[in-house]
Amino acid sequence: MNWQDTLIQVLIILGQSLALLVALLIFIAFILLADRKIWAAVQLRRGPNVVGPFGLLQSFADLLKFVLKEPTIPAGSNKAIFLLAPLVTCVLALAAWAVVPIADGWVIADLNVGVLYIFAISSLGVYGIIMGGWASNSKYPFLASLRSAAQMVSYEVSIGFVIITVLMCAGSLNLTAIVEAQNGRFGFLNWYFLPLLPMFVIFFVSALAETNRPPFDLVEAESELVAGFMTEYGSTPYLLFMLGEYVAIMTMCAMATILFLGGWLSPLPFPPFTWVPGLVWFVIKLCFMFFLFAMAKAMVPRYRYDQLMRLGWKVFLPISLIAVVVVASVLHFTGMAPR
Amino acid sequence: MSVAAAFFYLFAFVLVASAFMVISSRNPVQSVLFLILAFVNAAGLFILIGAEFLALILVVVYVGAVAVLFLFVVMMLDVDFVELRQGFLQYLPVGVVVGLVFLAELVLVVGAWATGPGVASAVKSAPPSVGDVGNVQAIGHVLYTDYIYFFQAAGFVLLVAMIGAIVLTLRHKANVKRQDISAQVARTAKTAMDVVKVRPGQGL
Repeated sequence: MNWQDTLIQVLIILGQSLALLVALLIFIAFILLADRKIWAAVQLRRGPNVVGPFGLLQSFADLLKFVLKEPTIPAGSNKAIFLLAPLVTCVLALAAWAVVPIADGWVIADLNVGVLYIFAISSLGVYGIIMGGWASNSKYPFLASLRSAAQMVSYEVSIGFVIITVLMCAGSLNLTAIVEAQNGRFGFLNWYFLPLLPMFVIFFVSALAETNRPPFDLVEAESELVAGFMTEYGSTPYLLFMLGEYVAIMTMCAMATILFLGGWLSPLPFPPFTWVPGLVWFVIKLCFMFFLFAMAKAMVPRYRYDQLMRLGWKVFLPISLIAVVVVASVLHFTGMAPR
Repeated sequence: MSVAAAFFYLFAFVLVASAFMVISSRNPVQSVLFLILAFVNAAGLFILIGAEFLALILVVVYVGAVAVLFLFVVMMLDVDFVELRQGFLQYLPVGVVVGLVFLAELVLVVGAWATGPGVASAVKSAPPSVGDVGNVQAIGHVLYTDYIYFFQAAGFVLLVAMIGAIVLTLRHKANVKRQDISAQVARTAKTAMDVVKVRPGQGL
């Protein structure tokens, strides 16, 4: 391969990445608004409704507000790490989307260890929080970062086991192959959420904990820790943290969609449903998963820290560990294991 | 220079530089962060030689879990490193001697490296499966068939270590209030409430 071909390939990948990033960020601007609107609707409020029709442009107004503010850096902080932390959070969260197939064949890097890649990237997400909390040189951020380190490590373990059960059913670590394995005659009844329903529930709850969403948002519990690890942050660095958090939430929604809800597959495998492009189904499922996240935030009271640890280690870990054994045995002895 | 070679030199340079910074940076938290950078670059090198499974496992296990706990502990340490460095010149000769001995041993070992007679032919015939089977399947086939007993033994050693650590640190204090969830769930109106008739002027 000569250098022109390499250059063209690099440019194509750059263009694809840029297109995905722009689409994702605009999508997240509206997802952020949806989060606030759903929250408001549950509490019989109106939510943001001033900027643009129905408040649709609220997120863009917020973006301008954060970007135009002056960033402040605390005097006693470790400046380099203080500024690196939000970047790490945001970049890692965005990097996970490189392997997410948003429609049949629409994926930037079709890795054959795609699941493992997303798992690795999401396990790195904790560093942004730890670094931010430590570099702030302030007690509440520090306590928050200690909490988050313990919390994210705990819930990763059960997420890992849940993913293993799905991998055993699909027989591949490639995200595209996992979606294809859920393709069958019975439409949405073929998807893994049905045979692996307990695992789907555990994955959903662990995803809430992994992304620090309520009811597991002890990292930024305002009644205990001011604003958690973000206490000392303002303007653009804060924006990056916020963005990274929502991108990570969307990644988890995408993971749930791909592993359990059949990715881009149509729920009913006959026309006119199969005429709808896969991307539309994927986005609908993504929005449905996010709706569940938003409703959990609006309805469920916050956990206490020891209850959170108990749920992770004493409930989810044993259940998912036993489920791995059960699923493996069932697949082996009924001969349904993929070759 | 191909793209792969360029990336090799990039990863290798950053790896060595960050490994150097691990031992030379003043702040222990910065040392751990450089260690993490070194791990990630080592994972990059693994990917370059086509071992993507090993690379990602390195990131998941070492960077995602071990280094987090490492950072966790180092952040809470309150060690005065200026004081710790005061004896540095005093111990320098000992350190140099140990380093030299280690270097000499390494040179001897690497110098005496000899390949067995059957290896060359074995290497030629072994790798064809990599392309069509893939990393994960290849490792799985070897690990769960040929080396299953070693794998189980390694798991057993880790389990014993884990149980040992738990036994050493677990202590139940008598006067600490604990939440017993099963007792809470098992509570009924009968066990929780007691209806007592209180006569006027008598009390209980």
